[in-house]
Amino acid sequence: MSVKLGVPSKGRLMEKTFDWFGARGVTLSRTGSDREYAGAVAGVDGVDLVLLSAGEIPRELASGRIHLGVTGTDLVREKLVQWDQKVEPLAELGFGHADLIVAVPAAWVDVDTLDDLDAAAAAFRARHGHRLRIATKYHRLVRDYLRDGGVADYRLVDSQGATEGTVANLTAEAIADITSTGETLRANHLKPLSDPPVLRSQATLFRSRRAPLSGDDRATLDALTRLLDL
Amino acid sequence: MNPAARDKAAGLRARFEAAGAVVIDPAILQSAEILLDLYGEDIRARAYVTADPARGELMLRPDFTVPVVQAHMQGGAEPARYTYSGEVFRRQEADPDRQSEYLQVGFEIFDRTDPAAADAEVFALFSDALAGLRLRPVTGDIGVLMAAVSGLDASAARRAALLRHLWRPRRFRALMDRFSGKTPPPASRAKLLKARDPFAGAAPLVGKRSQAEIASRIETLRTDADQPPLSREQVALVDAILAVRETMPFALARLRDIAVDMPALTPALDRIEARLSALSARGIDVDALDFEGSYGRTSMEYYDGFVFGFVCEARPDLPPMATGGRYDALTERLGAGQAIPAVGGVIRPDLILALEEPA
Repeated sequence: MSVKLGVPSKGRLMEKTFDWFGARGVTLSRTGSDREYAGAVAGVDGVDLVLLSAGEIPRELASGRIHLGVTGTDLVREKLVQWDQKVEPLAELGFGHADLIVAVPAAWVDVDTLDDLDAAAAAFRARHGHRLRIATKYHRLVRDYLRDGGVADYRLVDSQGATEGTVANLTAEAIADITSTGETLRANHLKPLSDPPVLRSQATLFRSRRAPLSGDDRATLDALTRLLDL
Repeated sequence: MNPAARDKAAGLRARFEAAGAVVIDPAILQSAEILLDLYGEDIRARAYVTADPARGELMLRPDFTVPVVQAHMQGGAEPARYTYSGEVFRRQEADPDRQSEYLQVGFEIFDRTDPAAADAEVFALFSDALAGLRLRPVTGDIGVLMAAVSGLDASAARRAALLRHLWRPRRFRALMDRFSGKTPPPASRAKLLKARDPFAGAAPLVGKRSQAEIASRIETLRTDADQPPLSREQVALVDAILAVRETMPFALARLRDIAVDMPALTPALDRIEARLSALSARGIDVDALDFEGSYGRTSMEYYDGFVFGFVCEARPDLPPMATGGRYDALTERLGAGQAIPAVGGVIRPDLILALEEPA
């Protein structure tokens, strides 16, 4: 057996994760060709690197197929029911910062808070005969947030990409999406509400509460957490 | 599904049939559109949604009341009593340990003649069916809170906003705080209303909501800003109604006291009084029957009058064994212009078994 560490398989998230572990004496690397998702770990024994899509890491952690995994808080919260019973956050890695926010057209000068959004939604529904549509891929998080905020008369429409464009395309009146700088929002003439965001997310190292550990694995995990100063 | 629960359900349904109800058997697949229209987006978190290429979005029946009302409104005889028994399906996102599929047995009355008698008939029938289980019945009346809001000395827009959020206690409280001046309006709103041209420097408009709609909302906000605050006394009266927790006759006396300062409550209280007599006439010990001013406010969005539940205090881990209430407004919404007073409730046979056969 070995301790399995799941890391995003490509892009800046992978590079920054490699850097974070490297700075703590654990060298992660990809092996083989660029297209092959295989990796190696140096600096600690008994750890296997598993390269996965960031979106699959929450599920792999929850099912216990990997012991440790790096992914965004947003994905863990959206994909895992009772996430805190399935995984434990060990460290925030200080990159991959993004807020999940609700945004409306910047020209809606009358809408600044969730309270405004609710009132606008009621009037919109009375006028147009359908609920105010909010495009997102984070259905659970956004629904919980809007319920807590007392917003009614809206409906979520699914958008798996180019969400900021849905308003101009008349398939939604507002959006809920991840933003880091707000650049894309501005370019699409949208603005975030002034309320606290749905979620502040960053790349985080999680431990699975479900993955089985042998005696050796436990020792490996202890050694690794000491090395990483967790 | 536990066969013992099925037997229990069949027994209860037979009991309701013997009480004069006609058996009705709504489909498991229900139009999602109607349910979404009634409950809003929240229903997606509570019900299983599926799709059909011809019929569009469908939901696995999350309750019976809506399809029973629909069936009745499409030409049921009048008056009518219905009973049913079958599975309902609920997603349990927050708590996967709760049942996502369970049986309900129900009884519903559609009758214009004597609402108090119909309330008492349903309650007494449930009380008999659950006798011996040592349950605590609780009653309430959403109509009292609705009457209180309608009788507030506030603009029609403010009263409508409060009524719209009657079932969302936190939002309702936030609105009361706003309207009474306890929380000041957000700074952004004050700034907007002060601006000579609120649209100056605004970004290009995208999307379906028009400039006219934005202007109209600003106008609404201006009118609202000129409204006098809701008085502290009126806020206190609403709080007093929500705080009532007494046996029925004492609760009624307490509410009558409140109505001295809020006469709009009187018709709703007369209905409670008539119900009290009707319950007594059915042999219910109203002196021991609890009434709570806030009962039914969070979970039962279509009830608009009498509400009741039967809970097992020895098993706080279990949801209520039975719940029900009056839903006159629902028949109007589903009846395309028609409406009929209606009251009913459901029992969960699986929970009764859990009490009868202690683990």
